[in-house]
Amino acid sequence: MPQSFVGRTIAEMAAALRSGATTAVQLLDGAIAHRDAVDGRINAFLARTDDLARRQAQAADARIAREGASAPALCGIPVALKDVLVLDGVPTTASSKIIEGFLPPYTGTAVQRLLDQGAVVLGKTNCDEFAMGSSNENSAYGPVGNPWDVERVPGGSSGGSAAVVAAGVVPYSLGSDTGGSIRQPAALTGTVGFKPTYGRVSRYGLIAFASSLDQIGPFTNTVEDAATVYSAIAGHDPLDSTSSPTAVEDPMETLRNGVAGMRLGVPREYFVDGLEPGVRARVEEAIEVLRGLGASVEEVSLPSTDAGLATYYIIAPAECSSNLARFDGVRFGMHVDGVSLLRSYLATRGAGFGPEVKRRIMLGTYALSSGYYDAYYRKAQKVRTVIAAEFDAVFEKVDALVCPTSPTVAFTQGAREDPIAMYLCDVLTIPVNLAGLPGISLPCGLSDGLPVGLQVIGPRFQDARVLRVAHAYEQASGAAALRSPMVAGAAA
Amino acid sequence: MSLSRDDVAHVAMLARLGLSDAELEQYQHQLDAILDAIGKLNEVDTSAVAETAQVGGLVNVWRDDEPRPCIGTERALANAPERDGPYFRVAAIQE
Repeated sequence: MPQSFVGRTIAEMAAALRSGATTAVQLLDGAIAHRDAVDGRINAFLARTDDLARRQAQAADARIAREGASAPALCGIPVALKDVLVLDGVPTTASSKIIEGFLPPYTGTAVQRLLDQGAVVLGKTNCDEFAMGSSNENSAYGPVGNPWDVERVPGGSSGGSAAVVAAGVVPYSLGSDTGGSIRQPAALTGTVGFKPTYGRVSRYGLIAFASSLDQIGPFTNTVEDAATVYSAIAGHDPLDSTSSPTAVEDPMETLRNGVAGMRLGVPREYFVDGLEPGVRARVEEAIEVLRGLGASVEEVSLPSTDAGLATYYIIAPAECSSNLARFDGVRFGMHVDGVSLLRSYLATRGAGFGPEVKRRIMLGTYALSSGYYDAYYRKAQKVRTVIAAEFDAVFEKVDALVCPTSPTVAFTQGAREDPIAMYLCDVLTIPVNLAGLPGISLPCGLSDGLPVGLQVIGPRFQDARVLRVAHAYEQASGAAALRSPMVAGAAA
Repeated sequence: MSLSRDDVAHVAMLARLGLSDAELEQYQHQLDAILDAIGKLNEVDTSAVAETAQVGGLVNVWRDDEPRPCIGTERALANAPERDGPYFRVAAIQE
């Protein structure tokens, strides 16, 4: 029986591959066995790509034999991809019926950069339909169970990508974050979830939801692993005109520099009504850990935080209503016949989209429609300016912000049927997207036996600083050792 | 303000969404409630600020217009529900 790597980190696997303690094929076999043991309970995988993965693992073993220690960090390491990321020839649904059966004719840039390192792709992960949701209950392929308690949601929209790391199936996955869709599920599943600065990671090959907000990032077990994946996927891409041409700093150079002498801000508006006492307590303890490491901590104010949700629920639906116009039943995906092209559009889109996606298309179409554009869309764009400027002003005084990621721990499936109650899940993550900032969520302990997430936010393009603060807390607190019962169960 | 059933039907047509009567009814109530919550926007003074369309800081990103390989007709058509030779097939535009 080979050594089990369930719940282990990228760094541990990479070291074992180089020492000859394991092979990429063995890591893959272990990941497939664990996936098949747990996925019936968490429903985290959509497409499974075992044959592709086996070829990739064999190639990775050959590359490690050839290149030894100089083989890339992710060579031979299994990964799962949120089903909004395209990989040539692998079924991609965005968890929607409207493109069921779609086989992408190309590979997105972030995914290609993993493949270039020798990654082993185990499959595509369940998510909220077109990444719209905060609980993964909006998937056309059923909800995802939280590995800490399968009756509870894993958060969303990247719920499957969070769950497969929390369950120990793979050491990392990719998700996308438009209003919190990496950080909030990371918080609810006790994983590390990193949303880089807007423009750091190419969106080419990410099925678009809200193009001015979407950003790809990793789920991992440790901050160091998040830095490893970030380094692999970040950087300019001519195929995405919003991708930043500024040079990417190496986060490993500063990861271990600690927080002594750093100025950390605690935004008072993030300790909102509705913040669970257990979440507040864990986050306040985490802030004390950072203070104990030599950081100065001061309260700061972001007065327009309260308007963030309203701003987001104009801008994101407006962009989604435009982006999702492409699902017309003509070029790909579902097609329902009508007597005319118009009737065919109506029938296809009426049958193909789920309730939340329709709701957002309706909201966005309304906000952009004649007579309402100024009152809603233009006003929201102006408030976005105010929100971003408030962050800029605060970052004149402090180096980074620390606060909760989610107001609550993971809630029970079906508990939030009212759309507005669901939208409140992302009240503490949305402003970061509106301002285009880097943000990370990492575990800071448990409340009632469920994980709590600490959020660290930095200025634009200070991704390395965010990782550095998070790493300092993680090392001092031991929070990286947190693993779900599905990992412990596999080790027993 | 309050959305009428006709308003909702109009928006659904603009969005090319064929909705059932039950859906129109449901979205009428839900969109009303959401738009009411979005009224918070008006609490922020924006008299002196410009709109933000994107936060990446980039302006007018150009590239040279150089021919490059593309995926080609067969791959572009591979996912089409209906095709007619090298074309996507659609229903008549007029009813």
